[in-house]
Amino acid sequence: MVRRIEKDHQRFRQIVRGRIKRDLRKYISKGELLGRQGKDTISIPIPQIELPHFTFDTGQQDGVGQGNGEPGDPVDGEGQGGPGEAGEGEGQHTLEVDVQLDELARILGEELELPNILPRGNADVVAERDRYTGIRRVGPEGLRHFKRTYREALKRQIAAGTYDPENPVIIPIREDRRYRSWNVKRNPEYRAVIVYMMDVSGSMGTEQKEMVRIEAFWIDTWLRYQYKNLQTVYIVHDAVAKEVNQHEFFHLRESGGTKISSAYQLCMKIIEDRFGSAEWNIYPFHFSDGDNWSGKDTSTCIHLLREKLLPISNVFCYGQVKSAYGSGQFKRDLDQAFGDDDRLLTSGIPDRDGILASIKDFLGKGR
Amino acid sequence: MNLTPELREYQRKIRDIASGYGLDFFQTIFEMLDYEQINEVAAYGGFPTRYPHWRHGMDLEQLDKGYRYGLQKIYELVINNDPCYAYLLSSNSVVDNKLVIAHVYGHCDFFKNNLWFSNTNRKMMDRTANHGTRVRQLIDQQGQDRVEDFIDRAQSLENMIDLYGEFVENKEPWASSVMDDEATEEQPANVRLRSRTYMESFMNPPKVLEGRRLRIEEEKEEGRRLPGGPQRDLLGFLLRHAPLEKWEWELLNIVRDEAMYFAPQRVTKIMNEGWATYWHRKLMVEHILDDSEVVDYADTMAGTLAEGPQLNPYKLGLELFLDIEDRWNKGRFGLEYERCDELHARENWDTEAMQGRDQIFLCRKIHNDVTFIDEYLTEDFCHRHKLFVYRFNPRSRRREIVTRDFDVVKEQLLRQLANGGSPVVEAVDINWKNRGELYLRHRHDFQDLRADWALSTLRNVAGIWKRPVHIETEIEGKLVRHSCDGNEETSQVIGDADDD
Repeated sequence: MVRRIEKDHQRFRQIVRGRIKRDLRKYISKGELLGRQGKDTISIPIPQIELPHFTFDTGQQDGVGQGNGEPGDPVDGEGQGGPGEAGEGEGQHTLEVDVQLDELARILGEELELPNILPRGNADVVAERDRYTGIRRVGPEGLRHFKRTYREALKRQIAAGTYDPENPVIIPIREDRRYRSWNVKRNPEYRAVIVYMMDVSGSMGTEQKEMVRIEAFWIDTWLRYQYKNLQTVYIVHDAVAKEVNQHEFFHLRESGGTKISSAYQLCMKIIEDRFGSAEWNIYPFHFSDGDNWSGKDTSTCIHLLREKLLPISNVFCYGQVKSAYGSGQFKRDLDQAFGDDDRLLTSGIPDRDGILASIKDFLGKGR
Repeated sequence: MNLTPELREYQRKIRDIASGYGLDFFQTIFEMLDYEQINEVAAYGGFPTRYPHWRHGMDLEQLDKGYRYGLQKIYELVINNDPCYAYLLSSNSVVDNKLVIAHVYGHCDFFKNNLWFSNTNRKMMDRTANHGTRVRQLIDQQGQDRVEDFIDRAQSLENMIDLYGEFVENKEPWASSVMDDEATEEQPANVRLRSRTYMESFMNPPKVLEGRRLRIEEEKEEGRRLPGGPQRDLLGFLLRHAPLEKWEWELLNIVRDEAMYFAPQRVTKIMNEGWATYWHRKLMVEHILDDSEVVDYADTMAGTLAEGPQLNPYKLGLELFLDIEDRWNKGRFGLEYERCDELHARENWDTEAMQGRDQIFLCRKIHNDVTFIDEYLTEDFCHRHKLFVYRFNPRSRRREIVTRDFDVVKEQLLRQLANGGSPVVEAVDINWKNRGELYLRHRHDFQDLRADWALSTLRNVAGIWKRPVHIETEIEGKLVRHSCDGNEETSQVIGDADDD
């Protein structure tokens, strides 16, 4: 049964959605949403939406309590009031609301005006879904379609002349019965893979990694919304590259030199091994502070990109995080080499506030 | 009524025993609900047919979460209505539901007999349903956003009603007209006492005469600004004087009507819960409880009477009623007892007056929380029940016990209960500076207003008044005037506060 209050609840959710949209920039730059992710939902803390009243300032309010203790003893363990009667003017409450990840992606999309992605490849991966839209003559009683059954019985009785308008009793017989049944609906689904590559050399500090992490989260959210079948691969590299899991990707701290080509080579290999067929939409993302070992390695990278990675990728994205040590040379080299080839996107991320713009750089093309 | 046969039996039994004790209630209809349903009803403030508003949705979200995470659950809801409606939670154990039924009868008796409830609408169930229908119609006519915005504004003033105003006669002589001539008003004269010449300066000291003259002037001035004097009932005031469109007027009226209905519950929380707890305790322990249920009952009871950082109205109320009953049973009241200062005699004082039961029934009839505490919170009680005053200590960032001094405790308690815990804000001038602007004054007793909220609330008043509005209050000893012209709020220090 639908509850009457459902409408009010929906209205409230709408307001919450508005708040999230308004504060999206803040959520993104603070990285507040990371680690709050469930399977399909994410728990977002928003300041209590309250109507203001003329009330007393409750923060410093005296009060009367009951119990043991000497003057000077704390009233309660922590600085917080208990549950129960709260609400009546307790200062800053936050509200945890669960939002569907898809919903969050939609908000991101609206805010950044992201175009939907036009997938490549044949959508030959088909998801089958059962929908109860059909009618059959046999089935379990629990699925009996009353209206249709009635109609059949009515038709038959009229045809047989046993229908009496004065006493319109309709008695269905076995043949009149109709049952709901399912039809299989085939939905084409595209497959996609994101390959995250990150430079973990000595010059990438905690803050730089955090920025990458936040950006990766939002890119992931968006692409997951666009492709139902999304896989992710994580690669870290310094002078050598290796594949890691998500946790390691964000927490690993290596040091030493940087050879970007190692990552590109590994990326290429993984794609060839596992995501070789043309049905895959491939999104390699590479984050680094722009320092490469040598100009020679950079030309290897450019060669790899031009000959191998770009032709098979939907788009190759390079995000350059600003760090105290990085020279930022790599982005310049790439921009120079590829000019306005729109298969390769580069973006600079100066600080946390720049994340939003960078997301737009990458996803704004709809590829 | 959808009680299980077992509970139904108990409900009849409890009802009969309660009547036997002299409890007197409206017919009470019990409904068994699951947690989703009870949360819905609770989010609507007890009225399943209340008008739609997102705030109910927000409350629901919190209640649902609280229940699902195991943080809180609602045991029962009682609605002051004739017949009374009571909602029980179906997942409660049988003992709990028995207890709740007994508790409910305590509330119902209180609703019916306490004088502060005497003016409440006993057909509120129907009234709120009508309100719901009307608001839905208005949404259809005016659009969701307009109606919602206006309700938000009105609700932001929902605590600005005169809690005791229902009991004051002839609050405002508006009936005639604002523009009535002064001449028709009866002029309070500056009376001089008859005296001989040489006594004149003693009988009618010029200072007193001057003071009186000034006061009369002041009153006249005040009367001119707002005939009838300052108005506490801001919602009612706006209904009468704000330039509202019809649909706005209706919405404001609905919000005020419901706020007025809930007002008595706000001012009798301690008494009401204490009374209900007193009776469920008595009925359960003396009549209903089965041997096998004692432990569960004690467990629930311990939860109900838990001591927390906040004062527990169930506990304080129950203990006060028990104390009163005991004192009046032993005759520990009146001049003779008060005057007795011999410790031993006081401790063993027992005249076998046995008036306890009568006395608590009297209390439930005539008192509200403030008068109840004022009358019956004795020094002895305060010490025996370990009451204290706490204060937030900014250095240790925690709340700490300040004192157990009886006078301080009592004063603090009365302060926080006064006016239902809301500040007193009055409309004092309807035509400030002859510009049609509304001037409000916060009667500052001991505490400042929450500043950010004061400003946004003021903005809401401006939205209803449709002209600039001002509020005079105090912030840290300075007299401050906040103003809002509908777009922007400004604040201005206008002097030092003189605390009288």
